[in-house]
Amino acid sequence: MDFIKDVINRVTDPTISFTFLLAVFFVIFPPNNLLLRLNRKLGLDKLWTDAGAIIFFGLLTIFMIFGVTSDETFRTVITKPDNVPIVLLLYIVPFLLWVCMKQGLANDARTLNNEKPEEYSDPDDLDSQILVWPDLIYVELIALVLCSVVLIVWGVLLKAPLEEPANIADSPNPSKAPWYFLGLQEMLVYFDPWLAGVVFPTLIIVGLMAIPYIDLNKKGNGYYSFAERKAEISIFLFGWLGLWVYMVILGTFLRGPNWNFFGPFEKWDVHKVLVLNNINLSELFWVKIGNQALPQNILLRELPGFVVVGAYLLIMPALLAKTVLKSYVDKLGLVRYSVFVILLLSMAALPIKMYLRWTLNLKYLIAIPEYFLNV
Amino acid sequence: MRKRQAKRPGIFQQIGQSVGNNVIVRSIFRTGGLPVNWDRRQRMMGVLNNVFLHLHPVRLPKHAVKVKYTWCMGGLSFFTFLVLTITGILLMFYYRPTAEHAYMDMVDIGEQVPLGIMREIHRWGAHLMVLSVWLHMFRVFMTGSYKPPREFNWVVGVILLTLTLLLSFTGYLLPWDQLAIWAITVGTNMGRASPFLGYEGPGATLMQIGDVKLVHPAADAAFVLKAGRFVGEATLLRFYVLHCIGLPFIIMIFMAVHFWRVRKDGGISGPT
Repeated sequence: MDFIKDVINRVTDPTISFTFLLAVFFVIFPPNNLLLRLNRKLGLDKLWTDAGAIIFFGLLTIFMIFGVTSDETFRTVITKPDNVPIVLLLYIVPFLLWVCMKQGLANDARTLNNEKPEEYSDPDDLDSQILVWPDLIYVELIALVLCSVVLIVWGVLLKAPLEEPANIADSPNPSKAPWYFLGLQEMLVYFDPWLAGVVFPTLIIVGLMAIPYIDLNKKGNGYYSFAERKAEISIFLFGWLGLWVYMVILGTFLRGPNWNFFGPFEKWDVHKVLVLNNINLSELFWVKIGNQALPQNILLRELPGFVVVGAYLLIMPALLAKTVLKSYVDKLGLVRYSVFVILLLSMAALPIKMYLRWTLNLKYLIAIPEYFLNV
Repeated sequence: MRKRQAKRPGIFQQIGQSVGNNVIVRSIFRTGGLPVNWDRRQRMMGVLNNVFLHLHPVRLPKHAVKVKYTWCMGGLSFFTFLVLTITGILLMFYYRPTAEHAYMDMVDIGEQVPLGIMREIHRWGAHLMVLSVWLHMFRVFMTGSYKPPREFNWVVGVILLTLTLLLSFTGYLLPWDQLAIWAITVGTNMGRASPFLGYEGPGATLMQIGDVKLVHPAADAAFVLKAGRFVGEATLLRFYVLHCIGLPFIIMIFMAVHFWRVRKDGGISGPT
């Protein structure tokens, strides 16, 4: 038993769980034909069958029951009233993903046979249309009643928490942001507040708004599909599942005092000590590799960082345009492509910074605390 | 249809029919008659003649009422918004946004007020609304419904998502307990790091004219959010006004645009 818990504690650590996610994600949701063939060869499309769903939710439920019945820490964190929505997320997001993918694959098969998607009905055939009264009103009424019942039962069963009165002199450990912002708080581990708290949230909002203007693919409008819009779906799901939902779950269940990582079966110990020997790129370059003192001039000191970040934001788009994303430049035109690639690179910046931290203990690429400019 | 007409209407149907045709009822609901007996024309008129129902078209393609297509998430987002408005109004009767009273009013709402689950429904409803808005966006993406001609409505949707999160965030402070004050402290401290506008943000040192600093701890983005250098009573009032009046006002405008555009952009998405 303890051995199983120990293994789970270890594999849920972001260094392992995120690596696993990264490794399988683009095979499960292949963005191109090469990975799609690999996906089919491995039979991963069976995930979206009924059997796939039963096995997945069975395993998830067994894990939850095992955790709640056998472990104090797990029980406390899972049954906290404010954590209910995140437990809901654990179930409802995979379920709805399954709903999308199952219907998407079915429609893909129909498209291959030159059939219309399942959702299709002939717009000229008035008899095939249904009337809002009573057919839609019924559905809405049922949804409304169900939702009210759920809320009332939830309200009766779980009291809204109220902690000690506000006291600005006594900060709790950990201090957590509201659950839906925990993805941003998790970013704070890897980026300074000006990026994690201001620039990236802005980019998320702007990036979401930009989707319909960047995605020029006319197919897959108004029905579930996958093959017709592999790349779009793959990129969106990576952001939504891998960088948002995953981070919210991680931040809620697995981040304890001092924002340290704690496995699901690990007691939240305030005194857990992690050795922090993070270094900046400038130190790595001048001191460790160059064997000399840091230059006095700030610009010279941070030159390696400027080169790396500059290359990432300026040379990388051009490089991608000539190689992997060549077809996109032709399809999107230069302006759209530039916006797309900058948004894409910003999204990729998070995992990249995570791995730089885990492998090189890198703190900042550019570190100019004098002007609060740390990247 | 014909079969039902041939059968002699029961007593309740007869009463219902005459109530539906009563002069006063008829002046309110113009369609008349008993809704279960409506023919096709009356069913259409029933939707058209009602200000709330006419948010909907009168006819829909079949897939539009299937839960596996829509997940009902947009509707539920709107419904939870209504629930939150109603419970929120009730809560406002008992809550004073001052450092002196806020916390004890919270305690009283749970213990002294009759039907004391309004705060519970408000809180869990808020969680539910955040979830349903996220999932609505997820569905709209997965069905490709943001594609032309619905591009702009997707943008409005993203604004609504942001406003939902801001509404929830401003409400988070109102219980005035440890959870509230520290979550808001963590959140608003981000403002200090805004480029150019926060005193710990990159470029803040450039924001000065001669010797006069334009951005400093008592004049920056975080200060604007908190109405002070720390989360205090002024912050509470500011968040209260935003939560109860300011943001609901703005979100309702965008909701009106969102719903109107759903209809104007061709109704619910579907394959052509």
